[in-house]
Amino acid sequence: MNNILLCGVGGQGTVLASKLIAFAAMEKGEDVRTSETIGMSQRGGCVVSHVRAGRDIASPMLPKGSADVIIAFEPAEAVRNIAYLKKGGTVVVNKKAVKPVTASLIGSAYDGSEAIGYLKENVEDLRVIDGDDICEKCGSAKVLNIALLAAAAKSGALGMTVEELKSAIVKRIPERFHEINLRAVELA
Amino acid sequence: MSQRFLMGNEAIALGALHAGVNVVSGYPGTPSTEILETIAKNNKDRSVYVEWSVNEKAALEVGAGAAYSGARALVTMKQVGLNVASDPLMSLAYVGVKGGMVIVSADDPGPISSQTEQDTRRFAQFAKLPVFDPSFPEEAYRMIQDAFELSEKYGTPVLFRPTTRVCHGCANVEVADSFAPHKPEGFVKDTMRWVIFPRTSYLNHCKIEKRDPLLGEDLSSYRYNQLTGSGKRGIATHGISYAYTREALEGSGAECRLLKISTPNPFPEKLALEFLEGLDEVVCIEELDPVIEKELTYICGKHNLNVKIHGKLDGTVQPAGENTVESVKTVLSEFLDIRYKNVDYPAPPELPVRPPVLCAGCPHRASFYAVKQAAKGRKAVFSGDIGCYTLGNAQPLDMVDTCLCMGADVTIAQGIHRVKPDTLNFSFIGDSTFFASGITGVVNAVYNQTDIVLIVLDNSTTAMTGHQPHPGTGVTMMGDICNAVSIEKILNAVGCTYVKTVDPLDLSAAEAAVKEAADMKGVKAVIMKSPCIAVTKPDKLYSINKEKCIGCKKCIRELGCPAIVLEEGRPVIEKSLCYGCGVCAQVCPVDAIGR
Repeated sequence: MNNILLCGVGGQGTVLASKLIAFAAMEKGEDVRTSETIGMSQRGGCVVSHVRAGRDIASPMLPKGSADVIIAFEPAEAVRNIAYLKKGGTVVVNKKAVKPVTASLIGSAYDGSEAIGYLKENVEDLRVIDGDDICEKCGSAKVLNIALLAAAAKSGALGMTVEELKSAIVKRIPERFHEINLRAVELA
Repeated sequence: MSQRFLMGNEAIALGALHAGVNVVSGYPGTPSTEILETIAKNNKDRSVYVEWSVNEKAALEVGAGAAYSGARALVTMKQVGLNVASDPLMSLAYVGVKGGMVIVSADDPGPISSQTEQDTRRFAQFAKLPVFDPSFPEEAYRMIQDAFELSEKYGTPVLFRPTTRVCHGCANVEVADSFAPHKPEGFVKDTMRWVIFPRTSYLNHCKIEKRDPLLGEDLSSYRYNQLTGSGKRGIATHGISYAYTREALEGSGAECRLLKISTPNPFPEKLALEFLEGLDEVVCIEELDPVIEKELTYICGKHNLNVKIHGKLDGTVQPAGENTVESVKTVLSEFLDIRYKNVDYPAPPELPVRPPVLCAGCPHRASFYAVKQAAKGRKAVFSGDIGCYTLGNAQPLDMVDTCLCMGADVTIAQGIHRVKPDTLNFSFIGDSTFFASGITGVVNAVYNQTDIVLIVLDNSTTAMTGHQPHPGTGVTMMGDICNAVSIEKILNAVGCTYVKTVDPLDLSAAEAAVKEAADMKGVKAVIMKSPCIAVTKPDKLYSINKEKCIGCKKCIRELGCPAIVLEEGRPVIEKSLCYGCGVCAQVCPVDAIGR
């Protein structure tokens, strides 16, 4: 079974990413269960998507210590969910910190660097992605999810190859967005 | 049949369509909203009638009328919506239905997006109605079809209660490729049947009490009430907790009996007896109320069984909040002596907290700010309500002093005002909430001559639940364009002494209107009209001129907009978040923010 956890801040596009993984798994004839955060937390709160693919899956939520890969759209969110990562698992993390309003109000210095430092010490296979740079090169902030998925696919821990990801993009995303998303895959 | 990747709510909707549903009504509420939306999306040929009703009571009554007429009716809502619909529900349980009628009331353990952790299974016991409790999307797809069958077989409305993790969990589900609506006969007059009177209610009550044990026996052999495993110890569970339990048992090698209850009312006593026979101890793993636990305890007493029942009542299981695979493992490691291997990580550094906030560009932020400025220096209480604007409670706005339930802002303000009439009492209500249950409260204030200032936050949508249309939007779920109901006309018609519509993004005009209203007698209303950012395109964005900025941080301290962040101690506008509302530019004391 493949266990994947996606986490970030409401509005970053975790839901579409989890759907693409699920579609690709179903194409291979696997069963899929996923679980999403929908509702009040979507307004700038922490969001988590659980994705499981394989056979005889009971729970749609991952047990702790079982994730093959954590795909984090934000450094602090990767750390917040680290307990889900299995021993020797992979973490793909976007470098850029999202500063919450509360941090600005109290003048907190949170910039994500401490979180990245923690990940470097505790994760065997860590891949830090400069999502901003890829988004800028593709000309859209909306390709962040695809860039992170591509980095996860390249790590080999996603249970989905880069080719399978490209095929899922072509099949599941409207045609006018194919080019920028496929470019994000190359750049990741 | 074909395999589709469906969210639990989508599976419920498709299941209802495949059961031939004719009429679907509901009111949005997390985690139930996507059920009705999915029905509408799959109704291109308009063969099903689907509506967002004004509130849950209206929805349930529309559904009941359809079911009286032999149609199959589905009504959807969240658990607190069932409270609003409880008046017709309680009576309908006595009257019964002709066509199958299923009321989906989605529960929210946690709670994640709700005011209460109430349990619809309990409501079913109270209302004397059968209730279904699915564990997986694919099960929900088939179970809702069973619910329609059962409803028609016994002539009773049936409750169907998924929980958040089933509603918002997705899975591959095998679904039928086509569906055809049921062919209803139409309403047939029958006074004894459709007009509720004390005498008929007595007779119907007797019938229900006679029916329930038979129904319980019927349900003992229901395909989704399942008994597996063997041994002297047993686990009784339900819903998503069943999935967590199976996960926790997997590969543990533990020997136990596992009882899954999918129809908690009327309780499948015969199956429960089979489960209890020969057991020493049972642990009940439930979310919300200890429904199964109490039923099993009762059955043990009734049949003189010496089985110890553990669960929420003796502290074995947590009394409130969601279960997880981990919480179930904690219970089972003790109960079945299972040693689980943990993966440990060192304690993480302090992480930023992320409470949900009003979006950047949200017009509610401007409305709250304008009222705050207008009420400055005066004794004022701000009563809020349910919706995105409950988030006006957060710092730095701090403009929600009370929040209870839908529509309560208007009436709570009146109660507070009666105690201290020299206080300014403001009440904030959204457009959808105004139609759902605000109007009665306004009429109450006018009739009883209470001085309050009503602020209607009209963003032309039902934002929190994902932008559903409502009576003020001029569109319906059938895709028709209709006359939009005017909030301003309603407020004038019921006798408000002051009604003014302003654009809150024009801060000074909004503040002036609120000040004018505050000093008058009677019920005064200011309608803050500006669309939700999710239904409009961003305007030209703003940025901060570094030369002009004096670093006073007033924009951050007073507005709390997520698009304004600190970089090296200076405020900066994050381009990817700004919507161009321009409120910060109006707040800046040195004109440093511009386009």
